[in-house]
Amino acid sequence: MRPIAPDLFVDGDPPRLIGGRHRESGRIVFPLPTGAERELYEPITLSPHGKLWSFTVQRFAPKSPPYAGPEPFEPFALGYVELPGEIIVEARLTGVPFDQLKIGMPLTLTLEPFRTDPDGVQVVTYAFGPARETA
Amino acid sequence: MTNVYIVGIGIHPFGRTPERTGLQQGIYAARKALEDAGLEWKDMQFAFGGSDAAGKADTMVSQLGLTGIPFINVLNGCATGGSALFGAYSAIKSGEFDIGMAVGFDKHPRGAFDPKPADWGLPDWYGETGMMLTTQFFAMKIRRYMSLYGITPLTLARVAEKAFENGSLTDHAWRRTPVDIDTILNSQMVSDPLTKYMFCSPSEGGVALILASEKKARELGAALIKLRAATVRTRPPGSFEVFSPALDIERGESATHLASRAAFEMAGVGPEDIDLAQLQDTESGAEIMHMAENGFCRDGEQEQWLAEGWSRRGGRLPINTDGGCLACGEPIGASGLRQVYENVVQLRGQAGARQAVENPRLAYSHVQGAPGLSAVTILER
Repeated sequence: MRPIAPDLFVDGDPPRLIGGRHRESGRIVFPLPTGAERELYEPITLSPHGKLWSFTVQRFAPKSPPYAGPEPFEPFALGYVELPGEIIVEARLTGVPFDQLKIGMPLTLTLEPFRTDPDGVQVVTYAFGPARETA
Repeated sequence: MTNVYIVGIGIHPFGRTPERTGLQQGIYAARKALEDAGLEWKDMQFAFGGSDAAGKADTMVSQLGLTGIPFINVLNGCATGGSALFGAYSAIKSGEFDIGMAVGFDKHPRGAFDPKPADWGLPDWYGETGMMLTTQFFAMKIRRYMSLYGITPLTLARVAEKAFENGSLTDHAWRRTPVDIDTILNSQMVSDPLTKYMFCSPSEGGVALILASEKKARELGAALIKLRAATVRTRPPGSFEVFSPALDIERGESATHLASRAAFEMAGVGPEDIDLAQLQDTESGAEIMHMAENGFCRDGEQEQWLAEGWSRRGGRLPINTDGGCLACGEPIGASGLRQVYENVVQLRGQAGARQAVENPRLAYSHVQGAPGLSAVTILER
């Protein structure tokens, strides 16, 4: 298994996204900036629990590139999830039927297989799914 | 500083024109505008022009004439045309020039736009995982808005129905056939809650406008259409824009709020004084939200506006009288100038069957584009 990108999330129960806290203003950002800008931010792990802020369903296959998902394409839900007191992050949504998605519903971060690369390694990305009680 | 007037307008019909490149459609529009003003290219003292995906505007001098004038290329997303107009307006207002052209054109392949993450300062995974589509942004912005302010899918459909009805009467429109509410609501869901007929499609077209100082405009003797305001603004903190992997919890205003307020202030008029408006309608929800962001109604009142037909021709404030992006499609570099073209046609009383208001005095245009900028004009006859 391989994360789709480095420094995007940390595994665990539950997993957590990695954001950045601006060292002067305290503003929280996601994802953690790369390159020269990164030094301005202290890496932090974000809350794995949040509430659905808005959502839609991607009904058709996005153009490739940049899309690099599994074939054949399956529609998927995505949305913005508000992590209280921190930030609102955009994420794929998983484990909730499309017609049961509702603004305000509680959700918890999870990791899920996204695609299998030509070298046979499974690539993992983050998504929010049904709320779970976690440590 | 002089007043600025629009003395010539030209358009290449929007839609699909396989026999002409985007640049050629721009040149076509430029010639039409010159013809409309009774002028020649050699009379132009400068030009601002742009396209997002159809080449460099300044290369059109090889067709129009090598007169040596400054020709400045503009590349500003959906506000490319608005920014070209702003440049031309500022050049004349400053007193430096008496007459010049703003031109915008484009030609896009079918289907959704396919941006590259690196061009937007975004990591590759954002595009790889299928989250980098403009359609998703529009759907999520209106979904949130519907939930906060009680806007229904029927109202989204009413916006599209009005657009296609207006488009059916517009000779430069692409979609010329009315579509009924049920067909719109029941068409293929593209990105919930927006169906196929609620989205505009990338298309082709070109528009050119000739701007002149007061002195020059009076010399030419045509109908005096005055640019009372032309503003461009970029996003303030907390605005919700396309291609955002995250948003601040503290939400704020949009570039539209800023550009709109600045334009009303510059013109010394208020939303209640406007007779007709062209508002960015990339999809039905955008028109609804932009009605409020531009100050024409309060959040949530659009439900009643659309039910009562207040934004139709002959209504309280006709909106997108040529069918907007929904009926004309979206050639990125040309759309903002199309709105101004339509306003001039309406102010001159030359809109024929789609004349939205009798003897209108003030017309408003608004574009909004990625990554968060907005351009507004207010014209007066």
